[in-house]
Amino acid sequence: MHEFTQQIVNGLSLGAIYALIALGYTMVYGIIKLINFAHGDIMMVGAFVGYFSLTLLGTNIFVAMVTAMLTCAVLGVLIEKIAYRPLRNSTRIAALITAIGVSLFLEYTVIFLLGPSQKVFPASAFPLKAYNVGGLSILNKDVFVFVSAVVLMLILQYIIKWTKTGKAMRAVSLDREAALLMGISVDKTISITFAIGSALAAAAGVMVGVYYNTVNPLMGIIPGLKAFVAAVLGGIGIIPGAMVGGFVMGILETMVSGYGNSLYRDAVAFGVLILILLIKPSGIFGEDTGEKV
Amino acid sequence: MQMVKNRWLKIGSEVLVLASLFTLVQYLIAANLLSQYLQINLTSMCINIILAVSLSLINGFTGQLSLGHAGFMAVGAYVAVIMTNMLDQPFIIGILAGCLAAALAGFIIGVPTLRLKGDYLAIATLAFGEIIRVTLQNIDYVNGPAGIMGIPKLTTWPWLFGGTVLTVLVIVNLVNSSYGRAIVSIREDEIASELMGINTTKYKVLAFVIGAMFAGLGGVLYAHYFYIIKPETFNFLKSFDILVMVVLGGLGSTTGAIIAAIFITAITAALQSFPAIRMILYALILIIVMIYRPQGLMGNKELSTKIFGRIWSGRNELNGNK
Amino acid sequence: MNLMEINNLDKSFGGLSALLDFNFQIAENELVGLIGPNGAGKTTVFNLITGVYKPDRGSIMFRGENLAGLPPYTICAKGIARTFQNIRLFNDLTVLDNVKISAHKNVPYGLISAIFRTPGFFRGEEEIEKEALRYLELFHLKDKKDELAKNLPYGEQRRLEIVRALATRPLLLILDEPAAGMNPQETQELMGLIRHIRDEFNLTILLIEHDMSLVMGVCERLYVLDYGQIIAEGTPAEIRSNRRVIEAYLGEDVE
Repeated sequence: MHEFTQQIVNGLSLGAIYALIALGYTMVYGIIKLINFAHGDIMMVGAFVGYFSLTLLGTNIFVAMVTAMLTCAVLGVLIEKIAYRPLRNSTRIAALITAIGVSLFLEYTVIFLLGPSQKVFPASAFPLKAYNVGGLSILNKDVFVFVSAVVLMLILQYIIKWTKTGKAMRAVSLDREAALLMGISVDKTISITFAIGSALAAAAGVMVGVYYNTVNPLMGIIPGLKAFVAAVLGGIGIIPGAMVGGFVMGILETMVSGYGNSLYRDAVAFGVLILILLIKPSGIFGEDTGEKV
Repeated sequence: MQMVKNRWLKIGSEVLVLASLFTLVQYLIAANLLSQYLQINLTSMCINIILAVSLSLINGFTGQLSLGHAGFMAVGAYVAVIMTNMLDQPFIIGILAGCLAAALAGFIIGVPTLRLKGDYLAIATLAFGEIIRVTLQNIDYVNGPAGIMGIPKLTTWPWLFGGTVLTVLVIVNLVNSSYGRAIVSIREDEIASELMGINTTKYKVLAFVIGAMFAGLGGVLYAHYFYIIKPETFNFLKSFDILVMVVLGGLGSTTGAIIAAIFITAITAALQSFPAIRMILYALILIIVMIYRPQGLMGNKELSTKIFGRIWSGRNELNGNK
Repeated sequence: MNLMEINNLDKSFGGLSALLDFNFQIAENELVGLIGPNGAGKTTVFNLITGVYKPDRGSIMFRGENLAGLPPYTICAKGIARTFQNIRLFNDLTVLDNVKISAHKNVPYGLISAIFRTPGFFRGEEEIEKEALRYLELFHLKDKKDELAKNLPYGEQRRLEIVRALATRPLLLILDEPAAGMNPQETQELMGLIRHIRDEFNLTILLIEHDMSLVMGVCERLYVLDYGQIIAEGTPAEIRSNRRVIEAYLGEDVE
């Protein structure tokens, strides 16, 4: 039982990271119906920016995270403008193929500039401390990841529910043309969505750096895929769904890793994805809508 | 009948061109006039053509975006190698087993997956491709992640040539028939197609299975030339490689797929020492083609051998094909 | 003898009832119209008949067989073809190929013959081509046979859709707003065309239409649908003077 709870605690940190990344997927899909293949790689860029902030600029972890978030927000907006906006009225397949291109571009440009090997997050950035709470060992990095993630998600909820921007985002994802006719700047709203989603991914990237200590150019692929599965699990396009999905995937992964075969740990994500797509593609919170003939 | 005569003339001239090409290369190889480097690239080119043309049947003609093509390559390769390497069977048995296994995998994956649409289908195929890779990594009989080494070099020029010609022929003949029209109509408008009497599920699966089968053939030929295979060889990056060829050539053009396959093989060879640059180039190809020329090089046009008919008979092609 | 009889058909979408207790008959060679305000459920009826949707309740009897629940391609094989409210041609295919598709359900050669190019294949292709050209000739589209469907002018696209449906050799032809976007002259021509094909091809025709001149001019019998329920049935003359119908729908001039 004790072991079980320990696994849950570990799963929550991992889940928080997945949730942050999943939010970006779900927000972008909700607003332009695109699976942003490059989203995991934005997380990677965020991790690297955090790394350089810590090592080259010598900042503390919070400044590093904010820097990463700002940089990736800009990056996300640029990517949308250059690669996705021209295809807004094309088929979804065309946009998906382009997103694959952007993903490859980010990965291999980083490899080209910085080499393929991993970089290590300086231990001084986040000195480890362990707390003993009722027999459970909780590391301060667990707390950091979990609390930061929750704070960010609360901020996001506030933006979506209580600000004009959030309302515009919801409007555009429901009916783009109607939103346009109501005077909402669709382009600006979509850019903001990308900015927020990318910023969250960047925060996740820095957290990964803190949690696992290393960053490398291809680090975005597998977590990106798992976060995508989380988004689909919760119902793609549905924000609370991404949060729930993220935590479920995190806990599921630590369970499989802890109790089962860690070789199959990555395959769990693929398996879950196939199951969702075959049983209920609209996810936990989603609804089925058919095509109009 | 003039029509039949023209048809035979057309076929005759095609056979003549192919036979000359085959003999020429065979001679060059036998006389040691082709360097090892050129031979490797020739092999890669043929295999890439097989992979690209088989993927274009699924992605281009049927309009179903499949991102896990390397998975079928893997199935073909591994099953064939088990036959030849571990069970000491002749090459032809390996080829048949590999292709059959890949076709079966195509069927098993296709039936549930092809119910999905658009990007969901794409992601599901990607996931299945990875599932195949991860599964192979965990099977001890084939050495898991270390893979199989010392595969006999059974892929010679006749096999390569035969395999490539067979793939292209089967797919071109399929596409230029009522079955091909049925398949393309699914891409154009699946609902209208179904309402005109076409069992769209059956044909989507058919295209998927045939595409998978030839991907398997590509895998078999690959394994028996490059003598090592590991699960990692057939990851999603390989699937993307093939996707780049099909996108560049034009989704819906076999000629385009062939030209792009040759072009990409050349680029791969030229940029061998610069893998990162090569990938950046592929990425840019995908992005730029999709934004500025989504129909790729050839769109859905084909270079046909109509030209031979015209040369011989002095007039336009007469039989019912495109 | 009724070619088609629909009994107690119900269909809802997510709690919203689109069609309630729909009953309908059409006899061989009849020309029947289904009219009603937008959103009344007319296209839903077509989608149910052709198998795009499955009914929640009720039966669709066609030549004595219940079609409810069968897949669209089977229903097409049994002799029902349709056109669409928003044109659904195979845009990147030629006019000729669009019509050839209709022949596929009875393709005279097998897959193996196609791949190995047997004489049977060539004969079959010739047959398919001849038949398709025949249809195109009848509808004055033969000179455009190699044009891509998407490049045709609107009126010809609508005509091509009808030809394509006709080429499946149906017993019942269903037309969904065939006059949409047409000017009065084109509509007149369409009326002639519809009557002509009904007689020439021995068809039974069911159509949805908003253009009252076409409906009143060509239909022998009408059903009026409003909010998913039939509110009237009868000849055009009867419908024209039906109070309920006028209230629901025909407020404007009927010519």
